Parts: sequence; C-alpha cells; structure tokens
Amino acid sequence: MYETLSHFAQTWGLALFVAMFAVALVYALWPTNKTKFREAAYLPLEDKDPGDE
Amino acid sequence: MAGSIAGVATLVGIACLGSLLIAANAIDPMMEAHAWIFFFLTAFALLSIGIWAGGLTGRNPFDESFYEDTIVKFGVAAAMFWGIAGFLVGVIIALQLTWPNIFYFPDLGWTNFGRLRPLHTSAVIFAFGGNVLIATSFYVVQRTSRTRIAGGLWPWFVFWGYNLFIVIAGTGYLMGVTQSKEYAEPEWYADLWLTIVWVAYLLVFLGTLWKRKEPHIYVANWFYLSFIVTIAMLHIVNNLSIPVNLSGSKSYQLFSGVQDALTQWWYGHNAVGFFLTTGFLAIMYYFIPKRAQRPVYSYRLSIVHFWSLIFIYIWAGPHHLHYTALPQWAQTLGMTFSIMLWMPSWGGMINGVMTLSGAWDKLRTDPVVRMMVVSLAFYGMSTFEGPLMSVRAVNALSHYTEWGIAHVHSGSLGWVGFISFGALYCLTQWLWKRPALYSKSLVEWHFWLATIGIVFYIVALYFAGIIEGLMWRAYNEYGFLEYSFIETVDAKHINYMIRTVGGGLYLTGALIMAYNLVRTALGHGEAADVAVTEPNRTPALQPAE
Repeated sequence: MYETLSHFAQTWGLALFVAMFAVALVYALWPTNKTKFREAAYLPLEDKDPGDE
Repeated sequence: MAGSIAGVATLVGIACLGSLLIAANAIDPMMEAHAWIFFFLTAFALLSIGIWAGGLTGRNPFDESFYEDTIVKFGVAAAMFWGIAGFLVGVIIALQLTWPNIFYFPDLGWTNFGRLRPLHTSAVIFAFGGNVLIATSFYVVQRTSRTRIAGGLWPWFVFWGYNLFIVIAGTGYLMGVTQSKEYAEPEWYADLWLTIVWVAYLLVFLGTLWKRKEPHIYVANWFYLSFIVTIAMLHIVNNLSIPVNLSGSKSYQLFSGVQDALTQWWYGHNAVGFFLTTGFLAIMYYFIPKRAQRPVYSYRLSIVHFWSLIFIYIWAGPHHLHYTALPQWAQTLGMTFSIMLWMPSWGGMINGVMTLSGAWDKLRTDPVVRMMVVSLAFYGMSTFEGPLMSVRAVNALSHYTEWGIAHVHSGSLGWVGFISFGALYCLTQWLWKRPALYSKSLVEWHFWLATIGIVFYIVALYFAGIIEGLMWRAYNEYGFLEYSFIETVDAKHINYMIRTVGGGLYLTGALIMAYNLVRTALGHGEAADVAVTEPNRTPALQPAE
C-alpha cells in the first residue's frame, strides 16, 4: 500500500501537478487574456457603494 | 427568504436540544459547563431569531438591491474586541515568563501559563484573525461580484456560529480542556461545531460567487476561496478522533506516533499558509488598490502568485519535524518546498508594494496605506526568514528556541496584524460612510507605537533565541554540556523584559485604534464633515434582469 502510493506520488502524481500548474501559467500569460486582466486589475476601484459619487 | 430563517432556526434548535441532553448526562464538569454555555447561547439565539423574524411583518430583510453591510460592521467590532483580548493575554503571559514568581497564582489554576498560552494564540489567530477574514471576505466578495451575499440568514449563522466556537475554545483552555494539538486544541464537540459553521461559510461564499454579476472572479476571491476550502480540509483531517463518551470532553486521536505528528504539522503549517497567508493576501489584493486608488500592479503576476503559492505551500509542513522519527526524505521534501516558497511569497509582496506606483506620496500622507505597506515589508522579512529556518542545519540551532517565537511574531504582529489594522481602518470609514477617520494623528501614534513595539519584541527574542541555542549546544573540554538548563533560562531574562515592553506598546497601539474606530463610527472629529443624513437607501445594485 505504502509502496504503491509513494510510487504514484513520486511519478504520475508529480507529473499531474506540474501539468496542472503549467495550465495555470499558460492561462495567466496567454496573449488574448491581456486586456481582460488589465480590466480586472481595476475591479476594486470601480465598485460603487450607495452614496458614492 | 423564509427558507434560510427556518433552516438556521432548525439547526440552532437541534444544537440547543442536543446540548441540553449532554448537559443532563455530562460525565465531567468541563463538558457540563460547555454544554450549558452552548445551551444558553443557542437558546438566546433562537429567541433572537424568533423576535426579529416576528417583527419583519412582510418586509424582505434580504433585499437583493443592497449589500449586506451590517454583518461586516459586527465583524469589525468582534475583531477589534478579540484583538485587544488576545494582545492583553499575550502581555500577561509575557509578564509571567519574565517574573514567574510575581505572576503565579497557585490557587487559580486557570491563570497558569499553560492554560493562558493557547488562549493567547487562539484569540489572536482565530478570534481576531478569523473575524477579520470573515468580515473582509463578506465585504469583498459582495463588491467584486456586484451582488448581495447569498444565503439569507446563513451568513449570520456563520458569524455567530464562529464566535460561539471561539467562546467554547477559549473557556475550554481556561478549564484545561485540550487535545494537545498546537492551534487545534479544542476538543471533538467544538471541532464538530466548527465543521458545520465552516461548511456553511463555504456554501455562502460559493453561492455569492455563483450569482455574481461581474463575469470575472476577482483574484482576492480566489485567495479567500483557497483559505476556506483548505481550512475545511485541514480541520477535518487533523481532528479525526474518537470521543471516549458522547457526554464527555475527552477524545483520542485516530492517528498515533509519527503519523499523528506529521498530520499535526501538515495542519499547523498550512494553518499559517492558508489562514494567516492566503486569507490576508486576499485583503492585500483588495484593500491596498482600493485605499491607494491604484490598480493591481500586475494582474498576471497575481494569478501566477496564487497558483504557485497554493501548489507549494501544502508540502512545507514536515520542516517542523527535522531530526525526528519522520523519514529523512519527508523532512527534506518539507525543507525543499519551504525554500521554493520564497519565490511566490516575494512575487506577491512585490506585486502589493508596486501597486503604489504613481501614488508613492500616500506613504507619507496616509498612515493607513503606510501601515499596509509596512505589513508587506514584514511579510517579505518573515517569508525570507521562514525558508532559512527550514534548512535542517539552521533549524538545528533555531528549533525550540525563542528564535521561533520571534519569527512567528514578526509574521503575525507585522504582517497579519498590520494588514488587518489597515483593513479595519478602511472598513470603519467606508461602512459608516465617514469622509475620514476620527483622527489621523491617532493612526500615526498607533503606527509608530506598534512598529517600535514589534522591533523591541523581535530583536529581543532573536538575541534570546540565538544565545539560548548556542548555550544548549556548548560542550566543555570533558565533553559534558557546558550549561545547565536554568542558566540558559536566566540568560534571557533581560530579553524577556524587553519583549514584554514591546508587547505592551503593541497593545497600547491597538487600544488607541479601538478608540479611534469608535469615534469614527460615531462621526466625531475629522469624521464629521458631512451632514448626517438618514441611512442612504439608494439601491447599490442593478435589479436582477
């Protein structure tokens, strides 16, 4: 049990996590997402409360 | 609307009846006391819900065109209250360590250092920090999703249920109820209650994201979500235990030996990672841009920051178990991941600090902004120091010494404390709709007292820790230990005094802050510029299409 689990963790588990992280990285750096993220950076500044002008 | 009220009332009612049953059959006095506390508080809650719901007379208390801000106001008040309580207990136990003969009361067992120390750690981390996180998360998720918080009465259940857990945990420590796990001392019944509360918290948060009107989920919400999800997982796994009796306070852990130790420090370090780090990074990503009126420096970096932090943090726990029965490879794994953690930590810190680009003057003019930026400086310091201390050879010197205490206080007082204070100043001003805080110069006083307090605290304990560590490993020419244990204690006496002064300064700063916040909420001083009008009932949100 221990051998099987640690073998999986050290091979396919590791590969899976690296792949998942790579997907996140690609998403963050994908050129067409650039404008979307630029707008998102302003998100906290645009929310208005009742009474705010 | 009525559904959530009935749901909360049913759950609280079951808890109320269950605690009455346990109170009647309790097999130890601690369980009996806790069951009665639980019974009376839940009965009081039921009564309050009944009276409040009866007075509604058809009015919808969960009007979708408004944000739910009252709960955030309660959260601000609770955080300030628990913060002062926790800092005060910290100063008391610092005095006990410095002058153990004066502050030792053999007839009052509950004042013993061993009882008060977990009260201090839980009060500052879970009571103060937890309330800051719940309050800010409710504030931020509503505004960045442009929708009212989901779940009707359930967010209130989360707030009061969480604070009930705090009361049970805190009174338990004083009575000596503990399962002896660092940061997870509360016994099985408190753990079960917190699990229910936490699942409700997760569902409320997810429900709000689900009905958001803003297509993009803002990065702060990702950080909050990782905090909520991971704490649920850590809490459940680390508290797997079998109660001896369903009417007794004692339980036994499912795991034993090194498995239990590793589970504990997987929990313990990720409590630092996902409670004290990602939760407060969420605060950074909302409150610094908002207060400085500048966009996030690099939104792309914030995404990389998020994913790299959570992918790496979860593996760092074994560095707490160097030179133990834990297999060497697991220790090395913990150490390696801790060193890798330096990169996302500093990436995030740089992203926060650089958000001030184009508004650097605010460091000089706005002490609240300065407080939040100094918190990032402490974050950078302690996330550099942490990887250093996780290296096995460094750990050989630092572990079990005051260096560890210095390290966690540079992180908690400096990073968590200052970013929380910044958020609480902002929230009080914004929620009570004041043009400014009651007194800016009192914020300056708070800032400088607290900063000098931290410097006193950490420098004294760095000295104490390194002296102590070196004395423990000193051998004489015959190969015997050079110093007896009491000599190593005596060597840090002066440092203990300085630490106590530092803690006292920090507490004084927090008291000044509480005074300032109360006067701000009341609209005194600089907070009084605009004419006081009726609560503004202009809809904040577009009606749902």
